[in-house]
Amino acid sequence: MTDPWIELRRFTQARIALGRTGHAVPTPALLDFQLAHAQARDAVHFPWDIDAFAGQVRELGEKVLMLDTPVSSRSEYLRRPDLGRVLTEASRTRLENLTASATDVALIVTNGLSSTAVERHGMALLQAIVEGFRARQISIAPVALVANGRVALADDIGGLLAARVAIIVVGERPGLSAADSLGLYLTHAPRPGNTDAERNCISNVRPPEGLGYAAAAAKLLYLTGEALRRGISGVSLKDGMMGLPGGET
Amino acid sequence: MKYTKTFKGRSYNFKNLKTLLAKASPLRSADELAGIAAASEEERAVAQWLLADLPLTEFLQEPLIPPEQDEVSKLIAESHDRIAFAPISSLTVGGFREWLLDDATADADIAAIRFGLTPEMAAAVSKIMRNQDLIAVARRCTVTTRFRNTIGLPGRISTRLQPNHPTDDPKGIAASVLDGLLYGSGDAVIGINPATDSPKNVENLLHLLDDVIRRHEIPTQSCVLAHVTTTLELMRRGVPVDLVFQSIAGTEAANKSFGINLALLAEAHLTALALGRGTLGENLMYFETGQGSALSANAHFGIDAQTCEARAYAVARAFSPLLVNTVVGFIGPEYLYDGKQIIRAGLEDHFCGKLLGLPMGCDVCYTNHAEADQNDMDNLMTLLAVAGCTFIMGIPGGDDIMLAYQTTSFHDALYLRRVLGLRPAPEFEDWLNRMGIFDGRNALSRGFASTRLLGDIKKLTGEKA
Repeated sequence: MTDPWIELRRFTQARIALGRTGHAVPTPALLDFQLAHAQARDAVHFPWDIDAFAGQVRELGEKVLMLDTPVSSRSEYLRRPDLGRVLTEASRTRLENLTASATDVALIVTNGLSSTAVERHGMALLQAIVEGFRARQISIAPVALVANGRVALADDIGGLLAARVAIIVVGERPGLSAADSLGLYLTHAPRPGNTDAERNCISNVRPPEGLGYAAAAAKLLYLTGEALRRGISGVSLKDGMMGLPGGET
Repeated sequence: MKYTKTFKGRSYNFKNLKTLLAKASPLRSADELAGIAAASEEERAVAQWLLADLPLTEFLQEPLIPPEQDEVSKLIAESHDRIAFAPISSLTVGGFREWLLDDATADADIAAIRFGLTPEMAAAVSKIMRNQDLIAVARRCTVTTRFRNTIGLPGRISTRLQPNHPTDDPKGIAASVLDGLLYGSGDAVIGINPATDSPKNVENLLHLLDDVIRRHEIPTQSCVLAHVTTTLELMRRGVPVDLVFQSIAGTEAANKSFGINLALLAEAHLTALALGRGTLGENLMYFETGQGSALSANAHFGIDAQTCEARAYAVARAFSPLLVNTVVGFIGPEYLYDGKQIIRAGLEDHFCGKLLGLPMGCDVCYTNHAEADQNDMDNLMTLLAVAGCTFIMGIPGGDDIMLAYQTTSFHDALYLRRVLGLRPAPEFEDWLNRMGIFDGRNALSRGFASTRLLGDIKKLTGEKA
């Protein structure tokens, strides 16, 4: 049975006017939901081909740092967010022994909760970001690639790399309508113990439906420039974004 | 040590009551994350034996957090009714389980001890109960509340119509409200989670809902689930607020992380009462809770997630709420890992809430990174409906496009009505029948043509009525 108010669907993405058979949803509505859920589940559980990704970053002309969190499996990653926020001892030691000069930006990529998002959008977004930084002569540390990381991992890595700003690109928690969204988080003066209030976030990067690569990179460049110039990030920096065209974060 | 047991040569020591409770708790990832879960299944089973032997009076003698350090503990201690407690005062936790299940105990006897129970006693007995025990005893507890209709009567289940939209677009929300009403949903409340908490936005949404309810004379209430301080400000400005919403937790420190305390809740409660908008009763608070909230605020004091949750019910019952909703699978797999843990937690919360006298509903839900799916939700909602759950959520297709999680749909409530014969609140049921939405036999009408709501649809789409 079709619902006579099916026209209302143009006002919302919500699953309204599904129709019914008896009390239940018709078969197409049932299968449509299950397909969306299947995509979201796959996004969470597919492994990220980090070596292939590293090769592409090198082709971009950037150095790569392959790092690890103590997370041993995807199941542990989901149960223990604390383990996704820190590096293994071996990775820490590597960074400590790295005699890199101080840089403006530490750039970190992790699959987070959606490997699909990083596989689909990660490289194109990274390219837009890197080109933007080069044009503005903002220096970047070797790009850190870490599987099974959480947002706060950027604090640990950024601090060890002595970067003025840490930026982490992370696969966002998949929803039914979008399983491939990337998020970007920026923190000035990264160090373990940074709070979420000290971060700026750009979310829903997933062209064509969500934010495009160029638009996301432009926002990030603006935020990075301001963070470096004013020495702040987070809530106080966000307030200054209001004047920027399309500057909602 | 006081809590010690030797089993087959292995000695188990639990240093205090809260440690014993945590170790006796059925496995969930929140307690593992907090580092307080039992290290082995044997340790858990031994802890449950020790807990079962504990006199209920122990919980009065050893508060989990000293009342002088925590206003929730102070509230629990001060609101304990020794007279109501008397009939069960000589029981152990294990004996209490048997008393609850005993045919010689009348349902009225269970209702009579509500205020003699502390949340910790309810939590403790739940830990040694099977899922069927949690269902059987909860079913014996009737809790009825009223604002513009009567919620919680036996043989009935209500629904919260949850018409969320990612940008709070009024037309998008109105479309979901109409969809829900035409599917018979919304007698517990029509409640929107706002995408932004700004007073102006919340005010607009409150007017939108008030208008729908008044125009169609729907015997229900509205709520925009903004922070209590926002709602308080709007009430002072004369905006039509039916229910006051707030998320609450089981420790003062966790509540502080939500930006609330008991005094603030009391102020909001009194302000809303003074508006006098209820027609049948004065229950007007709507609280949401969920296991893991105290842990995520780093404010759990080594108390397990389920006991913290039960303590939140002490906060709730101080304000005679219309509705309490445990949002059971929303918080993610680091707190409740899979369908099994979510189902167990949902049944525990419903049982503890009902035992303590609360109008307990459940947001039967999960996120996409939990090991759960819609089949687990089918199981939990069916079990809860058998247990006499007060209300569940109703969302178009079970897919919340604003909060990005999955819960129960309008169709799901119709399924429960069909297989278990459960009806909506009586005043709302009458309205559904009058509007031609229901057919007079607790099911949707075969045709929708007679309903006046179709005029609203034409208004939205710009067609002439």
